[in-house]
Amino acid sequence: MPTKDLSPRDQRIDDALDTSGVRHRATLKQEWPLLLLLVFVWAAMWQDFSAGNLLFGAIIALFVVTLFPLPPVVLSGRINIWYCIKLFIWFLGQVIAASVHVAWLAIARGKNTHSAVIAVPLRTNSDLIVMTVGHVLTLIPGSFVLDVDRSSSTLYLHYIDIENVQQMEKAREGIRQIERRLIMAIGSHDEYEAIKSECLPLKGKKAVK
Amino acid sequence: MDMFLDILVAVLLVLGCLMSLIAGIGLLTFPDLLTRMHAATKPQVLGFLLIFAGLAIHLRSWLIVPALIVAWAMQLLTAPVSAHMIGRSGYRTKHAKKETLFSDELHQVLDEVSAAPATGPIPVAKPSRAERRQGAPGEAD
Repeated sequence: MPTKDLSPRDQRIDDALDTSGVRHRATLKQEWPLLLLLVFVWAAMWQDFSAGNLLFGAIIALFVVTLFPLPPVVLSGRINIWYCIKLFIWFLGQVIAASVHVAWLAIARGKNTHSAVIAVPLRTNSDLIVMTVGHVLTLIPGSFVLDVDRSSSTLYLHYIDIENVQQMEKAREGIRQIERRLIMAIGSHDEYEAIKSECLPLKGKKAVK
Repeated sequence: MDMFLDILVAVLLVLGCLMSLIAGIGLLTFPDLLTRMHAATKPQVLGFLLIFAGLAIHLRSWLIVPALIVAWAMQLLTAPVSAHMIGRSGYRTKHAKKETLFSDELHQVLDEVSAAPATGPIPVAKPSRAERRQGAPGEAD
């Protein structure tokens, strides 16, 4: 665990400059979600959720994480189950929409499909959120991640079916909406407050229109 | 009831396979690697979900559900990573047809980055063999 108390952005710069090759190891407190997940995978593979099997799974999980240590994933320490459920349902709907969209493009447009590479600066500081936004946007309509600038949390996306500037701006706004949903669900307290206060003027604007 | 469930299973499985078929068609008809990655990542995630749902109903066993969830979750986790890795290398090589792009905001950044001096150890320019031969007598003086 890093001894220095750095903000996420400083932490990234620190990581980037660190050439010592020393890996920070995750503590048990940081790693318990991973351990739970490994036990779940073990039990699911055996299709046996009895106490004995779970215990054996836990021993194997501990063995695996000690043998193959990973750098710590920094969690925000906040989770809102309601927003998570909402996010998941919305996500499933978007996956269906994405599939239909790509299917239509594949059959109707084919070679004449136009796309764009767009830069989307995200507001978050957290690696976890940037990673999750990247995953979600790859699975839902239109886009996948070409490149990531970690120091400024900027995602470079390949966005399919774009033919004018309005569509580009719409796409960018869509990605920032995904980020908003994710921060509402699993972002840190500070980011959650920031996003919430950001939404209020936006709603007012819509009402004016 | 059994009859109804069997029909549901059939519909789910056929729809799931259709999604994989569409992914295949997309791979054939899209113009370049980057657009093909869309076809490779999106429809089959839904296709998998439908096939797994069909399987879960068909097998009529609750114990199989966690295994199917794990399989689907692995798919969700790995498909974007492979799309990113292939897309990233494809963009930097000839496999991306840049002329089909409406706009390209990464290109500019990459040019800037490659123009900037590299960080880390800066390689020392070694004199060529001919220069060394000429320079050697001078050093002796």
